[in-house]
Amino acid sequence: MLRSILNRLLGMITVMALVVTIVFVIVRVTPGDPAAVMLGPEATASDIEALRVKLGLDQPMPVQFLRYVAGVVQGDLGQSIFLGQPVTTALLDRAEPTIFLTIFSLLIATAVALPVGILSAYKRGSFFDQTATTLAMFAASVPSFWLGLLFIQFFAVHLGWFNTSGYGGPGASLAVRLNHLVLPALTLGLISSALITRFTRASMLDVLNDDYVRTARSKGMSEWRVVLRHAFKNALIPILTVIGLTAALLISGAVVTETVFGLPGVGNLVVSAVLRRDYPVIQGALLVIAGAYVLVNFAIDMLYLLVDPRVRY
Amino acid sequence: MGAITVPLQSEPRFVSRLMARPTSAAGVIVLVVIVLAAIAAPLIAPYAPGKLSIANRLDPPGLEHLFGTDDFGRDVFSRMLYAARTSLSVGFAVVIFSSIIGIVLGLMAGFFRKLDTPMSRLIDAMMAFPDILLAIALVAALGPSAINVVVALGIVYAPRLARVVRASTLVIRELPYVEAARALGVPTPIILVRHVLRNVTSPLLVQATFIFANAILAEAGLSFLGVGISPDTPTWGTMISVGRQYMDQAGWIMMFPGAAIVVTVLALQLVGDGLRDLLDPRLAKDI
Repeated sequence: MLRSILNRLLGMITVMALVVTIVFVIVRVTPGDPAAVMLGPEATASDIEALRVKLGLDQPMPVQFLRYVAGVVQGDLGQSIFLGQPVTTALLDRAEPTIFLTIFSLLIATAVALPVGILSAYKRGSFFDQTATTLAMFAASVPSFWLGLLFIQFFAVHLGWFNTSGYGGPGASLAVRLNHLVLPALTLGLISSALITRFTRASMLDVLNDDYVRTARSKGMSEWRVVLRHAFKNALIPILTVIGLTAALLISGAVVTETVFGLPGVGNLVVSAVLRRDYPVIQGALLVIAGAYVLVNFAIDMLYLLVDPRVRY
Repeated sequence: MGAITVPLQSEPRFVSRLMARPTSAAGVIVLVVIVLAAIAAPLIAPYAPGKLSIANRLDPPGLEHLFGTDDFGRDVFSRMLYAARTSLSVGFAVVIFSSIIGIVLGLMAGFFRKLDTPMSRLIDAMMAFPDILLAIALVAALGPSAINVVVALGIVYAPRLARVVRASTLVIRELPYVEAARALGVPTPIILVRHVLRNVTSPLLVQATFIFANAILAEAGLSFLGVGISPDTPTWGTMISVGRQYMDQAGWIMMFPGAAIVVTVLALQLVGDGLRDLLDPRLAKDI
């Protein structure tokens, strides 16, 4: 057990180090001088030089890299040029809508997908199963931003149930902020429920024909107890994996969805940073999100150890 | 010397088996229609995609304009046909580009034991970045253009293909015919291409179909956000982005391009599912 944990921990640290390296490299692939690109065509040579020094771009590459790594380790992700604040502060200021959106979407996705997937597998080939399978495939083909726009049009403009966009402005109460999250979370949640439904169904089909399920039935156990206690518990590992994967997809989806719904989250910050060529912000957001993904995966691997005592790394 | 490979299924039989499945057949037919419509756009389109007509601004769908007109009075149906050209070719180019990188990385990781651990870790690290976000960052660094969107999405999806190629290569590497080829003194690059790569094509094809679908969604997302292909070029994503401002009065501007994306991606997924069931029975779990 301890050995497995240490092995995974070592693997995770290696991947983290590579993630930091990739994030560092991405900005350096910019053709030409990043400082000149950031300041735009009207910048003077001395402005560019000043920014180069400020960003440390005048240093040799290995020095730049070591400085960057040293900063990251201490939680310093650099300074945003346009916002005039540290990247860490900018990210923290906008973390709440993104984190809430991701959590609520995941909750909606799981709440829809688990029952539908289990029932689909249980009533394999039935009308319910066919409808659910078709709908899941359909949901996986819909662009999230487009569905978001349709929802705004129908639920917010037409029916007037929700706000069309924003997060309630500064000082809005939690209830108001949550109200603004309903439509975006529904959009993302429904789309990502597709993948979880398909995996839950497949994973349940795998175990429903197993011997121990038959044994449980022959002992006269109630059907739902057989399905939930015996089958579902054993189908859980692949389902957990795909829920973890979905969490990562949700972060990606959040970038686009936040823009559609005008939520002041990390996604919106990244998109505006791209349009303003604010590289430190792009780098910081990439690093934090990829890092979160690596940590979530590590957590899921640890969960496996708890769920299935046979798992070893 | 003839290659010692597992015989691949002859093509006509394979196609007929794919078409025997109603869902796959529907996917193939829809795809063929969309691709033909994109190729024949200049012949089919009733109007030039950029033809302005302020008098017919925001005309609803009807006989004159099948899918209505946009804010500049341009015909939405004609623009959609031309947009299909961009969206499909970007998607296809992403598949080709990511396949090339994915094959090279996957073969190296799977065939050479010493390279496996470092390359696999690199693949893990690249997969940690959410696709749209990494693509946004890469396009931001490279500069917005259709080619750079292809390069960015190609880099984003390459690790997924590399994983598939690696997994198959690990198995094939140990098979007797590879050992035989090695014993006969066949140079490693030839073994890799003729004996290993040829037998990796099935899982690669399945994965490539799904990447095609994802690439179309991702390109639309980037164009919608305004960080991809220039808004002047009609793609399904840019059309939705424009239509968004007129959602109240002229919903059709964004409805039809969105529907085009859904239909195309759905068709690709149906074909991908069919290919997987036929080519990769291990993975065919009735999903």
